[in-house]
Amino acid sequence: MNTDWLLQHSPALIIALPLLAAFLMPVVDRISRKARNVFAIIVLIVEEILVLFLAYDVFGGNPHIYTMGAANPLTTVPAQAAVPIRIVLEVDAMGIFMAMISATVCLAAGIYSLAFIGEEKGKGKYYTLLLLILVGMLGMELTGDMFNLFVFLEVLTIACTALIAYRSNTGDAVEGAFKFLIISSIAALFVLFAIALLYAQYDLLNMAALASAIQYSNLDKIALVLLVAAFAMKCGSVPMHFWTPDAYSVAPASITAILVAASQASLYALFRVCFSLYGVTLNLSTIGGALIIFGLLSMFVGVTMALPQKDIKRLMAYHAISQTGYMLLGVGVGLYLLTKPEFSTYGIKAMEGGIFHIINHAMYKGLLFLTSGAIFYRLKTRNLNEMGGLGHSMKWTAIFFIIGALAIAGIPPFNGFASKLLIYEAAYKVSPILSIIAMLVSILTLASFVKVFHSAFMGPKIHDVEEVPRSMLAGMAVLTFVIILFGLFPGWVVGNIVHPAAQALAEQAAYIQAVIGG
Amino acid sequence: MRQDEMTPVVRTIAALIFPFIIIFSFYVIMHGHLTPGGGFQGGAIGASAIVMLIVAYGARNVKKKAKEESLSIFESIGGLVFVIVGIIGFVAASSFLYNFLVGEPLFGTIPPFGSNPGILNSGGILPILNIAVGMKVIGGLASVVLVMALAGGDEE
Amino acid sequence: MIYSIPFYTVIILILVGMYAMIFRRNLIKMAIGLTIVESAVNLFLVTLGYREGGVAPIYTNLPSGIKIPEEMVLPVPQALTLTSIVIGVAILALMLSLSIMIYRHYGTLDSKKVRRLKE
Repeated sequence: MNTDWLLQHSPALIIALPLLAAFLMPVVDRISRKARNVFAIIVLIVEEILVLFLAYDVFGGNPHIYTMGAANPLTTVPAQAAVPIRIVLEVDAMGIFMAMISATVCLAAGIYSLAFIGEEKGKGKYYTLLLLILVGMLGMELTGDMFNLFVFLEVLTIACTALIAYRSNTGDAVEGAFKFLIISSIAALFVLFAIALLYAQYDLLNMAALASAIQYSNLDKIALVLLVAAFAMKCGSVPMHFWTPDAYSVAPASITAILVAASQASLYALFRVCFSLYGVTLNLSTIGGALIIFGLLSMFVGVTMALPQKDIKRLMAYHAISQTGYMLLGVGVGLYLLTKPEFSTYGIKAMEGGIFHIINHAMYKGLLFLTSGAIFYRLKTRNLNEMGGLGHSMKWTAIFFIIGALAIAGIPPFNGFASKLLIYEAAYKVSPILSIIAMLVSILTLASFVKVFHSAFMGPKIHDVEEVPRSMLAGMAVLTFVIILFGLFPGWVVGNIVHPAAQALAEQAAYIQAVIGG
Repeated sequence: MRQDEMTPVVRTIAALIFPFIIIFSFYVIMHGHLTPGGGFQGGAIGASAIVMLIVAYGARNVKKKAKEESLSIFESIGGLVFVIVGIIGFVAASSFLYNFLVGEPLFGTIPPFGSNPGILNSGGILPILNIAVGMKVIGGLASVVLVMALAGGDEE
Repeated sequence: MIYSIPFYTVIILILVGMYAMIFRRNLIKMAIGLTIVESAVNLFLVTLGYREGGVAPIYTNLPSGIKIPEEMVLPVPQALTLTSIVIGVAILALMLSLSIMIYRHYGTLDSKKVRRLKE
């Protein structure tokens, strides 16, 4: 059991370990409650350590391949065949980058849920479903096979729906979950139809093999449109964003933080399809232009609908839509310039800005949702008109909220500033209007969070509450640590973590060669 | 006769054919690597047998015999066997879900190529995975229908 | 010509299912519409694997005189369809449970009335 063996088998271990823990959870639950809590936290911590361990090797420059069920996990093409025929997990820098986000957010939410979710009969099932959401996200991010992507997308959908409806004693939680389920099922059926179209033409399901065999025929164009529409529907970009405020506001706060990371797993799948599957055979300016337009609409509609909201979590959900617009804008500019010679100067900078924004957004939006959950835990309300004067007694919550609000507005020294600056600079060279709209949206974001801070925390002391329990503060502190770390050393982060990820996404040839050539 | 039970004729026939349906579902699960069928299909047949009892006898009577917790444990055992067999694949041999039982005395015969009458003792880890999935599907689908039947009946 | 009838059926079923999901207000009818669309996609997957004059891809008691593997239908789309059917069962169970709970809270299954009761 030396480190080489662990490193070689870690892609499969990363997915199998939470699955085993999720199936063991009902058995452990019968023993005692404390054992179940400790077991869940230990599994989440071990998972985070495994992901960081694999990330250290992948960012050093070698992508990892794992063939399931083969005699040697590194041989993808068997001796008698010409194409890969088993399920191949391919971990390159972009995949492990997203896996780091998923593992960290689930760890923070798991620690937070120790005190936030009351000790009812259903808490064992809550942890089972949380581990299944982690399996779904990690499976989507580490796989190299199209149908495997669809299966893990459905696992993620079903587990998320069950947890959105967790507070089933209120009616609107169940209704939000129903809306989420209908939209997600339609998106998944579109994905399956597109996979069937691609399989019918090329008889291949492996992403790298499809990328090297694809010719851009009419059926491929239909498949591309279906895939882009389905994944844009799942990540909450305008014009398919109507499920986002309802689903995000009625779920328990820790689940909303995980839903943000789940929407970003769908965003990752969108980028993977556009860059690595279709790549240079595609007419990139059109799809890039479409992504830029989605991004601009999302940014603008998100922030203007957030300003008049009275429910604190609906307001933050609309901001999540607008921040997704930033990511689509950044990577859309990169896709637009992929085949032009300007790519190596500022196209890759735009992609780095968009990808860096993904991890920043997961951290600070997760932190903001966790603080709103802390307010709900003490006051039992989400309405901004009924809050006030909480800054006197809930000091730590107020500090975490200030850090999250400054990060989302893009103020140094927090991490939002670095990624937004990259996006402003690179988008300006394509067209100045993009940067102007982005900066305007940023100012409006700051305005709405000043409003929330004033309503919730400032003013005379109306409610007599005390600070939230320490496990909830510990969960919020995990995310704050990453925010401050990435804010103080953005150069190191962009150079060592974000740039390899953007490079791995942009170079389709390296992706194909890792599976078939190697 | 209470409100959710059926006439004695239906109850007797349901009790008589229940064992035959269960045996048929086990047949479909076990022969999954030779004939059409396998884990999910056989499990759905087994769950249909339990649903037939729910329709004939009423959800409350079936709940006395097969409680939701015991169905849940039955389901978890199926899931655990699947993942543990996969993990043994890469702890003891090469990779996750590697077929390490080829050549062993249990399920390990290698069948000849071409048309053959079908050897039950072949297939490696596939019959074990079929049984695990069958247990999970029986437990899962039966408990879903049981909970729905109980939830609907509370409205009296 | 006769071998493309399943593909036309797929398109008709998808249109019927989408109409039921978008234009009907009863929650159970929305669930039925989703199941119809899912059945259509499963039919599409199975039809892709058909080879003319082929038999089932099973070696047990194969009829004699069949050339392996040219005269068998493709087995991979059948495996994909089976996975999709299992996922469809799980989603249908979840949707019906959510409808039961909505009925218990609001007393109606009409989606327009449910939205109005929330405010």
